[in-house]
Amino acid sequence: MSDIGVDRWVEESGDRHEQYSGWTAPARRLFDSIRPGWRLGGFVFLLALFPILAPQGTVRVGITALLLVMLALGLNVVVGWAGLLDLGYVAFYGFGAYFYAIVASDQLPAHWPSWIAIPVIVVATALLGALLSLPSRRLVGDYLAIMTLFFAQVFVELVRNFQRLPGISPDFDLTGGPNGITGVTPWSLFGFEFNTFNRNFYLLLALLVLLVVGLHNIDNSRTGRAWRALREDTLAAEHMTTPVNRLKMLAFAVGAAIAGLTGTIFASVQVGVFPNNFLLVFLITIYAALILGGIGSIPGAVVGAIVVAFAPELLRNPGTGSWLFYIGLVAILVGTLKKWSLVAGIVAGVAAFGFLVRQTALTIWDDSILGVANDTFVARIVDGWLLILGQHQDVVANYAFVLTVVGGLGVTVTKGWWRAVVAIPTIYLAILVWENKLALQPAVTRQLLFGGVLMVMMAVRPQGILGTRRVEIT
Amino acid sequence: MTPILEIRGLAKSFGGLRVIQSLDVTVGAGEIVSVIGPNGAGKTTLFNMISGIYQPDVGEILLDGASIVGASPEQIANLGIARTFQTLRIFLNMTVRENVMAATYGATKTRLWQSVLRTPAARREEQAIRRLAEEKLGFFGDRLVGYRWDQPAYSLSYANRRRLEIARAMASEPRLLMLDEPAAGMNPAETREVTELIGRLREEAGYSILVIEHDMHVVEGISDRVVALDHGVKIAEGSFEEVAEDPGVIEAYLGHGAAKTR
Repeated sequence: MSDIGVDRWVEESGDRHEQYSGWTAPARRLFDSIRPGWRLGGFVFLLALFPILAPQGTVRVGITALLLVMLALGLNVVVGWAGLLDLGYVAFYGFGAYFYAIVASDQLPAHWPSWIAIPVIVVATALLGALLSLPSRRLVGDYLAIMTLFFAQVFVELVRNFQRLPGISPDFDLTGGPNGITGVTPWSLFGFEFNTFNRNFYLLLALLVLLVVGLHNIDNSRTGRAWRALREDTLAAEHMTTPVNRLKMLAFAVGAAIAGLTGTIFASVQVGVFPNNFLLVFLITIYAALILGGIGSIPGAVVGAIVVAFAPELLRNPGTGSWLFYIGLVAILVGTLKKWSLVAGIVAGVAAFGFLVRQTALTIWDDSILGVANDTFVARIVDGWLLILGQHQDVVANYAFVLTVVGGLGVTVTKGWWRAVVAIPTIYLAILVWENKLALQPAVTRQLLFGGVLMVMMAVRPQGILGTRRVEIT
Repeated sequence: MTPILEIRGLAKSFGGLRVIQSLDVTVGAGEIVSVIGPNGAGKTTLFNMISGIYQPDVGEILLDGASIVGASPEQIANLGIARTFQTLRIFLNMTVRENVMAATYGATKTRLWQSVLRTPAARREEQAIRRLAEEKLGFFGDRLVGYRWDQPAYSLSYANRRRLEIARAMASEPRLLMLDEPAAGMNPAETREVTELIGRLREEAGYSILVIEHDMHVVEGISDRVVALDHGVKIAEGSFEEVAEDPGVIEAYLGHGAAKTR
């Protein structure tokens, strides 16, 4: 027998490492050749340029993104590593934010200095996390999720109705009820006040670097391995000398501490806290960020959170939304037809059909029914054959939407040429609805579009942008 | 000399079903004891009681003379009993090396803050358990060589997963190793390999071994002593030959009347 681990296979392993293929291969090889420390450095450098290069007023979005990154990293500890489905996570964020707001505003006579308030809050949130981990000793999966979800709801109701709690004097309004707390003093450390967006952005960036390095070190330590082991198989982990209950508690505490810290910054940046900042919708957003980026992966959590924070902002511009809509439409066509000639045929069919509809409409009525087209690049192309209505636009678009859905169902039940016959008007109607209704309401549409992108993303790449695919069955 | 493991008067019921009844088993230092019996005889339940998943209704389980009844699986593992599972339970989405390193948690001391800061003590300990894991994997020679160590465990073949599970059990530095059907699902060549392996585990690594096995070639090849169970009762104990010719054992395996026709 040869020496341990030294044989022909090992000697050749350098030549045998995973070969990338496709057009992304050179970029991926280049990326692999950079050391992780430099990758982080480069990434942070790019982020550091953001407040300088970004348009006025978008630094606020950057701060929101970095807050979400920190939250996703904390959630990753509990859900991604320890595998505990914690739906009460947003309450830890809220607890940290409210705690800071209470001790750093006029709610209490005592204004705590930041260097006392922050460590106290982080420790208190960690203890709260440890307390909340108690159900996880007995409950796993859905049952733990329900328990923790309950806690998240209780938190919001508690801060909303603090005054009405039994035994509390109505004059003593610690949490400010539905109105929340305003006038919070921002973070101030070593005589430096974090009272501008730029300062807070760099503060968050610095904390982010510390957090990423610290979490990376934990991931490659006995604690990180033990967390992953208990996620993979709790019983086996227990038989391999792992104190599973203590480690679950630790995972909850670490996740909660990160959320609590992030909460103090949130309260400081917003100069106030309100119960509506900590609703379940926001919890879902954190989960979306983590799942999109790749659950269990530190870079994944970072990238996912940035995408989730910025995508709705980009889609706020109707032009971007339109691009996404039409590209999505073409992608669906290409994906289902798999032949460019057929795609071209369908597109030509839609254009011809549209031309007919437009001419028919114009002969029956007159030019006065036409409205003004959306001023986007794509809209100008479709202008010649698309009906943009001036009157009753909303009503017609609503009926067209119902017809689109019916047509979509029709496409799924028909075959061969009939399918094309149904598909062409359906696609036309979809475009009609888009240009006459959805493109005009980006605030609503961007959510729909983003949801659609997320769905497609998860179908194409279930492990997330930077995640590794997990195998569940043996 | 006290035996490594001594079980006295053990009994366990699930509801009205008596799974184990007044069972005595001992494993001496450096001994290999096989537990055989038809399906449902209570073999795995016996393992689960020793490793702390179930608590016995009555009876004593002594490890080196000290009772371990009531201890948690984690405490029992730390006291020096490691086991494998009949249905493989490796950590599929961790690398081969991490699987083995995960079993050293109880023997390591690095605190969380030391891991975060990567203090010299933390690095030293990490290096040490890395070497330990490689040494344990090295025990399997050509079968689990270096290039596999950084692969995810799910990429291993079935037989290699079984080997990995044994390597993981070894990493907790046990005195008693409990193997639950180590040759299940193996082909004849691999089964012979398992037989040799269990012998080497005693000779080279110095474990006392309690093993459940259905393959009689393996049982014959490794056992110092064989304990036969049926319906939770010990029906025979002794050398392989003695147990194999015991009328009660033949009856348990082949049915009533089989002993007479032989």
